[in-house]
Amino acid sequence: MQRRAWATRRINRDHSPVLALAVPVVSILAASVLSTLSVATAAPLLPPFGFVLLIAWRLQRPGLLAAWAGFPLGLFDDLVSGQPFGSAMLLWSLAMIALEALETRFPWRTFVQDWLIAGALLLSYIAAAALLSGASVGVPGLIALIPQTLLTIASYPLLARLVAWLDRLRLSRVRRIG
Amino acid sequence: MKPPASRRTGHSRRAQYTQFGGYVLAAIGALLGAVLLAVSLWRPSSFNGLRGAAAEVTRPVGAASSVTRTSSLSLIENIRGYLRAGRQNDVLKREVEIARIRLAETDAVRQENARLKALLGLADREVRPIAVTRLIGSSASSARRFGYVGAGAHQGVTAGMPVRSPRGVVGRVFEVGPNSSRVLLLTDSESVLPVRRSTDNVVAFAEGRGDGRLRIRLVNLGINPLRVGDVFVTSGAGGFYRPGIAVAVLVEKAADGGIARLVADPASADFVSIEPVWQPVAAVAAQTPSTQPIDAAELAASPAAAETTE
Repeated sequence: MQRRAWATRRINRDHSPVLALAVPVVSILAASVLSTLSVATAAPLLPPFGFVLLIAWRLQRPGLLAAWAGFPLGLFDDLVSGQPFGSAMLLWSLAMIALEALETRFPWRTFVQDWLIAGALLLSYIAAAALLSGASVGVPGLIALIPQTLLTIASYPLLARLVAWLDRLRLSRVRRIG
Repeated sequence: MKPPASRRTGHSRRAQYTQFGGYVLAAIGALLGAVLLAVSLWRPSSFNGLRGAAAEVTRPVGAASSVTRTSSLSLIENIRGYLRAGRQNDVLKREVEIARIRLAETDAVRQENARLKALLGLADREVRPIAVTRLIGSSASSARRFGYVGAGAHQGVTAGMPVRSPRGVVGRVFEVGPNSSRVLLLTDSESVLPVRRSTDNVVAFAEGRGDGRLRIRLVNLGINPLRVGDVFVTSGAGGFYRPGIAVAVLVEKAADGGIARLVADPASADFVSIEPVWQPVAAVAAQTPSTQPIDAAELAASPAAAETTE
């Protein structure tokens, strides 16, 4: 298999600081927009891609996103998601703080533990977002959330792989030194 | 992955302050978010301008993805058509479906006509849509059901205007940006629409349940005359929607009405048309307390701009 030039040339090359920061941020912003564009559904169905990607980046690359990153990224998500303004800012910030606390307790994790943590967070995020959405959520509304929640939790490993790939892209050696 | 060693700040004051500052900022962010959330739940239209601007920016992407979405959907349908009995079968099926809806609508129109002629002999006007546009997206991951369409104030759209697809009612314009607007879909739990059965004058309210179906609540309680398969059309009450547009088909009976499936599922809606508010006077009158006279200036300013669902 032939590999791309930017991946093979290592001598005299370093990663670009712009790319290293922009890839996680842009991927999360793009994911936020993606949930609104793909399909127009009659019931909530798609995973909140922005939030899933935020968690995946945070769990796989601790220290890359600052603890306060949930606020600006959530602000953008609020603009496009249809939730009342402030809901993602609050919930994403809380999730980042929770992950920070969790990480001091469990610094070493396997992927299954990561998935469990992400699952618990996503479950509580979808429930909290529904309660804070300003819609009167009755029993049918809650039942309608079940497929979305299952799809979201099942999509985590896939999106985690995507984040791992983006992470390689982020640190690819593209800048020529000297 | 193990957290990097920079988490342990050691004796460096600068590193300690940076980390502590990060936590403080995160907490402030959460607090600020909570305050903004409270404001926007209290006054839902507070941040419309910001959202409108964001919708403007994402509009071209939405339009492009809507084209690919609809063409890929039809590709799948075509393949399915070949697999079963050829493409023609598929097209015919869709035509029959539309024809069936039309038939129910015609029934409703005929009945409405008879009623109106009996009253006044009013002639039915042809309604010209304000704009025909694509449904460019929806809040697919939120519990609220909003859609986004690619026409706004520049095209003459104002809040309150009905949005329909060739099949039936999709929703109502909720917020207007310069070239795009947000539509409250029928399935949102805050959406209420006055309907009647297409064959007679059984009137009801169609409320969104938040799970993709509608709840039909009869106005006259007592014996429930509904049957599974009944088609509901807009009744024209309230003045927003003109009467006789298909809304939903009953799939389940309940004590006070039933549960109905949408006729115009937004997932299959490609182009939608935005129609003018049917009876602006009635729409304003419905929102004005009976003790207050209807102001002509108010009527001229923005007939149906106020949102009834809040």
